[in-house]
Amino acid sequence: METKPVQFKNLSREESYGFDRKTLDYIRNAAAHGLYEIRGMGAKRKLPNFDDLVFLGASMSRYPLEGYREKCLTKTVLGTRFAKKPIELDIPITIAGMSFGALSANVKEALGLAATEMGTSTTTGDGGMTQEERRSSRTLIYQCLPSRYGFNPDDLRKADAIEVVIGQGAKPGGGGMLLGQKVNPRVAKMRTLPEGVDQRSACRHPDWTGPDDLAIKIQELREITDWEKPIYVKVGATRTFNDVKLAVHSGADVVVVDGMQGGTAATQTCFIEHVGIPTLAAVRQAVNALEDLDMKGKVQLIVSGGIRTGADVAKALAMGADAVAIGQGVLVALGCNGETYFQNGGHHDAIADYNALGTTPGFCHHCHTGKCPVGITTQDAILEQRLSPAVGAKHLKNYLKTLNMELTTIARACGKQNVHHLEPEDLVALTIEAAAMAGVPLAGTNWIPGRGF
Amino acid sequence: MERLTFDLAAQPLRELNTFLHTGAKEGKVGHVTVLNPDGAHNIAVGLDCPIDVEVVGHAGYYAGGMNKAATVTITGSAGTGVAENMMSGKVHVKGFASNGAGASAHGGLLVIEGDAGLRCGISLKGGNIVVGGSVGSFSAFMAQAGRMVICGDAGDALGDSLYEAVLYVKGEVKSLGADAQYEEMSAEDIAAVASLLDQAGLDHDPKAFKRIASKRSLYHWNADANQEY
Repeated sequence: METKPVQFKNLSREESYGFDRKTLDYIRNAAAHGLYEIRGMGAKRKLPNFDDLVFLGASMSRYPLEGYREKCLTKTVLGTRFAKKPIELDIPITIAGMSFGALSANVKEALGLAATEMGTSTTTGDGGMTQEERRSSRTLIYQCLPSRYGFNPDDLRKADAIEVVIGQGAKPGGGGMLLGQKVNPRVAKMRTLPEGVDQRSACRHPDWTGPDDLAIKIQELREITDWEKPIYVKVGATRTFNDVKLAVHSGADVVVVDGMQGGTAATQTCFIEHVGIPTLAAVRQAVNALEDLDMKGKVQLIVSGGIRTGADVAKALAMGADAVAIGQGVLVALGCNGETYFQNGGHHDAIADYNALGTTPGFCHHCHTGKCPVGITTQDAILEQRLSPAVGAKHLKNYLKTLNMELTTIARACGKQNVHHLEPEDLVALTIEAAAMAGVPLAGTNWIPGRGF
Repeated sequence: MERLTFDLAAQPLRELNTFLHTGAKEGKVGHVTVLNPDGAHNIAVGLDCPIDVEVVGHAGYYAGGMNKAATVTITGSAGTGVAENMMSGKVHVKGFASNGAGASAHGGLLVIEGDAGLRCGISLKGGNIVVGGSVGSFSAFMAQAGRMVICGDAGDALGDSLYEAVLYVKGEVKSLGADAQYEEMSAEDIAAVASLLDQAGLDHDPKAFKRIASKRSLYHWNADANQEY
């Protein structure tokens, strides 16, 4: 009788590394539709990130603080360079810009409520300011985007700071996108668009080109608001060293650097996965740029793009950021990718709705469809009821509180009475890639790749 | 009503804008004359009350930017982004205007007696623009709402990716942008052009204008469009 060796079975089913099943699906999808895939969330591929760094807690050569009793300050001040009224936050963890349109009005309100309770800020998005978020958020950052949807001087004056958005980590070089399913009557009216249109926003600002123009634009925003409000400039991470320098040159009070793990409500997958650099690499370049200009501490740095945990926050701060901004982590805290949603006092199974989108909890990136099974990234009158502002705010507050506790735990362990005293010297890297990108030594060595031995 | 004069050769711009945001709202001063603007940027930006401001000379970038309710007249030419994001009121440029004139204006009327540069009326969101001369390329790019009346010629790609804004041109159009098309002038169009010309104080035959609006073929993703936009 003929028998085949077991190994042959495995060999005959060997998956190709280059043409793996995911790639085969990609090609089939392209062949079937003649259109690129559009999806939400951020880069899914494995990238060097903050997990590749660890802290050197205090021991003999450093003195730790008592984890529960000794004070560790988290107060954060942003916009001290030119603004008469800098932003003062209780924690260095802010809510990233996400539009009403991408998110429901309930979610925007939940963000504001939680941020206000925690003493931090929220940020508008590519759709203007809603009354819900202005009412609920004590400190609201108003974005000035290329599209200028809903942008107006009244809201500008109502804002606590202004963020000029040049780009976003998920799609540096690209404009916003909101597919027709989400352009309901209210969203359409706010953006002056026909209802149901597949909205593709401009990628460049309509009234300025380049950093010298931006300097004048920023001066205009300052003049309109009588030099009261801090002006942030947000860039997607690419040529971060130069971009941060140019943002400072343009007169920014605060620079926001968004790495490629940053999320989006809808963008081409090829953009999300293949354009931009990881947050880890971007932070180092941004800090180097500020130091090069002797602007560290004068112009504040906010880092975003894939920040999830208190440890991530601590590492970003240690590398030189003044604060972080979180988008996707916030949505997950609200219930994104959860199996159930909470409505009328009880949990309800959402799995069938995930399945209808061709996905399952844990993998969903269908923000662009507007059919969010847990009622977060939707404009649907029924779905949006699945997330109430109060319930969302409670969970988000818990999440932010946890991050802040983790942050101070690590800071105390490193002997810091103020989380802003964390420094690069407190960090080492676990991989050569992370050591090179973050500019900290490989653990157990003095070696920072690229800086000699 | 009182009249007030600011001389930018002697007074900082900050003083002028601060007055226009605060003192002007008290309603005692009805007219402000700005002397020696000398191309300064951000003159009379963010106004929020019905006051007349006359800039005697040339203005730099963003003159009358984000205007609401006020009437700003520039006797010379204006730099980039004049009346950008205007909400209401009027900005009147007697000379020429540079790039991005009236960009993303939500309301109000922008009059440019001379020519306008590139991207005039880009991302227009409901404002009206009347240009006595010609406009540069990519004018009315992605214009969403509002009207543009162009008494001279237009450059390349006029009205590219238009939404619901409507353009009227008297002279030659070098080329239309993606998804823009000529349409019949209705009696309503002629009346609209006549009214805007009248408000601008320009004398042209409204019947001599062509109407350009969106084909609306790019409103939705379409694989068969072959990226022709």
